[in-house]
Amino acid sequence: MNYIELTVPDAMRNHGTMWSRWKNRGVPAYLLALVLTGFYVAIYWFPEPLAPFASLLDPLAQLLRGSVADRWFLYGTVYTAAVLVMGVRMLLRYRTQRYHVYRTLTLMTVQLMMSYLIPALLARMGSKEFYFSYFWPLKPEYLFPSNISALVQSDNGLLMFMGFWTITMTVVATPVLTYFYGKRWYCSWVCGCGALAETAGDPFRQNSDKTLTAWKIERWMVHSVLASVVAVTGLMWWANVDPASPVATYAQDVNKVYGFLIGSVFSGVIGVGFYPLMGARVWCRFGCPMAAVLGLLQKYASRFRITTNGSQCISCGNCSTHCEMGIDVRAYAQRGEDIKRASCVGCGVCATVCPRGVLKLENK
Amino acid sequence: MRIVIIGNGVAGITAARYLRKLSDHEIIVVSEEAPYHFSRPAMMYVSMGHMTFDNTKPYEDWFWKKNRIELVHDTVVAVESLNPQLHVRLRSGSTIDADTIIFATGSEPAWFGWTGEHLPGVQAYVHKSDLEALERNVQGARNAVVVGGGLIGVEAAEVLHARGLHVTMLVRESGFYRRVFPAEESDIITKHIAAQGIDLRLSTELDQIVGGENGGRVDHVISSSGECIQADVVILATGVKPTIELAKRTGLNTDRGILVNDRFETSLPNVFAIGDCAQFEHGVEQLWYAARAHGEHVARVIIEGAGPYARGTYFNSAKFFELEWQVYGEISADCDSITSEYWSELQPTRCLRIAHRNGVVIGIHGIGVRLRQDVCTAWIGKGVAIDVVRKNIQSAIFDPEFTRKVTV
Repeated sequence: MNYIELTVPDAMRNHGTMWSRWKNRGVPAYLLALVLTGFYVAIYWFPEPLAPFASLLDPLAQLLRGSVADRWFLYGTVYTAAVLVMGVRMLLRYRTQRYHVYRTLTLMTVQLMMSYLIPALLARMGSKEFYFSYFWPLKPEYLFPSNISALVQSDNGLLMFMGFWTITMTVVATPVLTYFYGKRWYCSWVCGCGALAETAGDPFRQNSDKTLTAWKIERWMVHSVLASVVAVTGLMWWANVDPASPVATYAQDVNKVYGFLIGSVFSGVIGVGFYPLMGARVWCRFGCPMAAVLGLLQKYASRFRITTNGSQCISCGNCSTHCEMGIDVRAYAQRGEDIKRASCVGCGVCATVCPRGVLKLENK
Repeated sequence: MRIVIIGNGVAGITAARYLRKLSDHEIIVVSEEAPYHFSRPAMMYVSMGHMTFDNTKPYEDWFWKKNRIELVHDTVVAVESLNPQLHVRLRSGSTIDADTIIFATGSEPAWFGWTGEHLPGVQAYVHKSDLEALERNVQGARNAVVVGGGLIGVEAAEVLHARGLHVTMLVRESGFYRRVFPAEESDIITKHIAAQGIDLRLSTELDQIVGGENGGRVDHVISSSGECIQADVVILATGVKPTIELAKRTGLNTDRGILVNDRFETSLPNVFAIGDCAQFEHGVEQLWYAARAHGEHVARVIIEGAGPYARGTYFNSAKFFELEWQVYGEISADCDSITSEYWSELQPTRCLRIAHRNGVVIGIHGIGVRLRQDVCTAWIGKGVAIDVVRKNIQSAIFDPEFTRKVTV
């Protein structure tokens, strides 16, 4: 089948996935990757050609934000629409599995409310455009001194709440929720990047690299990004505490470099642009510092794991093939071992595609 | 010591892995089927496009070299025993000297000499070559007939159905898998398969296969009831038998399979047989899971001098289109309301049966319900009272989060 699926896919079946040129790195997949990459490059650095498209959204922008549509409104609208439309596809595809239905509905709702409508309404109210579903270190600036002090020292109740929210979510809720439920509470239920990956990215999940080499690269990269964001945040605070030091002059520049390389090139251009080539979790796996933090918590301080049902594994490899994070799930399952990997986002697809009911997501 | 394993299916490969874990001996695995071990149960997912063939390989290709397991892709034409030295002769002309040989030659389709069984378009679905044959045979095909109502039969039907063919299934029993399943379960599966669009012909066997004009490709089959059924592809899934040709030529004692004792020892010293090709005192054990267990245990016998191979509580599993089935212990086709407790939903795609004897649980199986192997086998192993099982059934359920509860 070389056309985009317009029909309702069978529940949970993967018939023909590996022969689809869209889903399996054929020419259409490369073209799609080119279009997506181009879209991100345009949004970030060459927005002029997109202006006419943005202006089409003026009435909607006026309604929601009370201003004309800029490129970021265009981006947010396209992104949210992709999550919602492909979310419906996801709901149909996995309709027999409540876990997928619940988490997909949650992802769609969080994206629509917390990442689209509420920030727009905040902007309309003349308040700070704030994303309640993003935290440090995915949004490093939320813990920057400029941001924190402005929020916490504000006499506006709403801004104070934002300050309270961002600190509580980062310092308290993240470790506590991850302890009880694993990193999936965020990556597969809340996060906007996860929302796009789990909906628009679902057709491409099998393209993630499962080799040991990929795993090694992943660990180096994702932890390097985490180290960078810690360094950037530290620099910002240093510069804040000691504005006279030479560090202060570099801090802003270093932050800009991080924003360009990681925030724009990695999470945007590569992270979404490469969906059709490397699976939908390229950013989450190799780049996301939030995923790195959650991963460390998941590995060393969490009750979450994927359990293996005795010796029932038949080594077929459906789990590994369809793991978007490139985890070789079978390597554990066929040895009867539980899977406790830092990168696992708990999407639950391995357990769904397993033909012998061997895998179960558990908070033991 | 040099150990040569003939066959790289799950039995042979598991033996190789455990021999490496337990020893530093030289290990050579010879296979004519495929250069690298692949998961046989995954064949159907390749045919349906769920996975690529590469995805079926449980280990990356570097694994073997790293673990010093030498792979030879060749056919063994003869094994010679000049006690104590063994020689393995390959089709390529080379010979491998061995101190120990493990036969893990698996099984092959059991066909019954039907007229037309060798026509083009007629195939089995057991080996890698069958996977390739299927790709050729489905090209331009519209109708398919699957003969056999067992686990391979239903897989073949699902594959052909997924490839867009109209599938007719000939099943000897009065209900699907009725030889193994009690009536209720057989009924659930039979209805489910029919609901997928498979033309299921129960109590029907194959009479003969008829070719088209010029003795070409298969055209139709004639069933035992004399009916003519169009077929461009025929998959004969009437069971498998041990592959023992080489063992016979080697001079090993054979019957249905290669005769072994409970330490997998054949009639020749330092020659072992495991997996589908081995026949124990009680018969053959042609089960994927058993083959894997044999592989592990034979390594322990060879390296550690381990005692007899002890079977744990029986278990198996399968998937009939969308319906998963798991079994632990004894569930027999004649289970009824006196010898078992049965639970099912109103419009059943899920059911659970607990078989008991003298008030003690002896078997548990479920369709559409995932069951924990450790809990079920512990109950059966200890001989727990049926009331205890009923009361604690939730602890044996392995269903995904948010799944509707089973209430027995």
